Amino acid sequence: MARTILWRLLYALPIAFGVSLVCFMLVYIAPGDPLQTVLPPDANAEMIEIVKRAYGFDKPLPVQFAQWLWRAAHGDFGLSVATRRPVSLEVGGALANTMVLAVFAVPLSFAVGAGLGTLAGCAPPGRLGRTLDRLVTGTAVMGVSVPNYWLGLVLVIVFAVELSWLPASGMGMGGSDGFSVLRWADLHYLVLPVVTLALVPVGIIARSTRAAVLEVRGQDFVTTLRAKGLTELAVVRHVLKNAAPGMLAVMGLQFGYLMGGSILVEPVFAWPGSGTLLGRAIVNRDVPVLQGAILSLALIFVATNLAVDLLQAAMDPRVRRA
Amino acid sequence: MNSQTLALPAAAPVRLPPRPGYWGMVGGRLRRDPVTVVFCLLMLAIVLAAVFAPLISPFDPYKESIIFRLKPFGYRGHPLGTDELGRDILARILYGGRSALLMGVGPVVFAGLVGGSLGVLAGYAGGWVGTLVMRTMDVFYAFPSVLLAVAISGAMGGGMLNGMIALALVFIPAVCRVAETATTQVRGLDFVEAARATGAGHLMIVRHHLLGNVLAPVLVYASSLVSVSILLASGLSFLGLGVRPPVPDWGLMLSTLRQAIYVQPWVCAVPGAAIFVTSMCFNLVSDGLRSAMDVRLR
Repeated sequence: MARTILWRLLYALPIAFGVSLVCFMLVYIAPGDPLQTVLPPDANAEMIEIVKRAYGFDKPLPVQFAQWLWRAAHGDFGLSVATRRPVSLEVGGALANTMVLAVFAVPLSFAVGAGLGTLAGCAPPGRLGRTLDRLVTGTAVMGVSVPNYWLGLVLVIVFAVELSWLPASGMGMGGSDGFSVLRWADLHYLVLPVVTLALVPVGIIARSTRAAVLEVRGQDFVTTLRAKGLTELAVVRHVLKNAAPGMLAVMGLQFGYLMGGSILVEPVFAWPGSGTLLGRAIVNRDVPVLQGAILSLALIFVATNLAVDLLQAAMDPRVRRA
Repeated sequence: MNSQTLALPAAAPVRLPPRPGYWGMVGGRLRRDPVTVVFCLLMLAIVLAAVFAPLISPFDPYKESIIFRLKPFGYRGHPLGTDELGRDILARILYGGRSALLMGVGPVVFAGLVGGSLGVLAGYAGGWVGTLVMRTMDVFYAFPSVLLAVAISGAMGGGMLNGMIALALVFIPAVCRVAETATTQVRGLDFVEAARATGAGHLMIVRHHLLGNVLAPVLVYASSLVSVSILLASGLSFLGLGVRPPVPDWGLMLSTLRQAIYVQPWVCAVPGAAIFVTSMCFNLVSDGLRSAMDVRLR
């Protein structure tokens, strides 16, 4: 196991390095002088000098990258062009709010998806099985075809505009700073964005769970279990245990989509997370914020993939050997 | 005895029904798959509506009206109502299909060409060239697709062309992986070895022996990317990174109409429904055709 962990880490580190390089290059693919890109339009000579030295624009590119990486590793992404606050503060606050959504949306989506998929995979092949199969396939197709921000908009129209059951946007009276998951009134603001984010991957998770369960159910050991006289419920438990590593891989991928999906969903609900921050950075052409937010989100995605890989190896000895 | 029994079949020839050819088989499978046929027709209708928008559109999509802003469905000959500047929404939906389809197909074609070539190169050359190409692709693959598209087009400053470049860059690593896998699988087979033994050059082997085997999986994969591309492109426009106003585009329409959900809630949802239906059509048609055209399935 220790060798597996070391091996996976050795694979993830160059990826993380490459991801940082891509984020670093964002300033250079922006049109115009890179110096102008990271400066507010009304910067004075003193500020230009400070930024020039901080970014090392007078030095060759590899040195600049090394400098940038060093500062980024210490949480310093420069100043926001629009607000002049440190990018790390802006991104940190926004990421925390995105995490609030993810903490609720991810378990919800996984629980519903895996539950539905297990049901469909274990259902007897009669009418019920066919109906469940159609339901799973249908939600999967719709999930991959629906624009998630539109789904959010439709939910807002139904539940906030037409029925006025739930608030349409924001984080409640206290805003981002006063928000507390423990307060009942604030939880109302979570419902629509969380449901929007969670609904999209449900179908895909259900479909792959169903496939994994069916595959394991066809194996010989399941027949042995039945012959031994185990109850159907106990058989399902064994089947799920064996299907789990495959499902875990799908879930890891879907977690990434949830993080990416929040980019488009958050602006719909004016949820002050990383998606809304990115949207504002785009409108203001705020490249340092764009850079910081993209790098943090991408590194979280890389770290999640690594965690899933390791979990899979811990659960399934076959993966460890590969 | 032997001569008699052997003569019998010749005397009464058994008439087998004519074996259907490849396309006959595909047609037969499609007849048993009404979902694919229906969505295929719907997809054709969407494409035709976008191409012939100037002929069938009831209004000019750019014609504004100060009096008739944000009107409901069916108001004064506007079947889908009007937007915040009084422009007819049906006309804008019809014209909006053009940018949606262009941004759905364009990046995929480009990524198919570039990613496919890179994948074949990496798979055929192997060694350090292959490693270099594939590890570079891994880095881009490490980004969630929306994030990478937003990052690149956000840094380049939006616009339709930049959006398409960003989307193509998102798809290249994925296509490249598919092409590389297919190439490495075929490269080791005997017929390639035989071709090399008869003195065929690299270019010859790639063109005559590899490409035919790599093309199919790449095309199948690329066709499934079109709906993803439509979704991502409208997402970029929704964030203000794709198509620029006043050009009609579904994602852009959603982002501006969003401000008016308390005035005309359902009118505001129309452009999103167009994205949803179009993306679902491409999804189902790509899936259905893939299984209908697969020779290995019986």
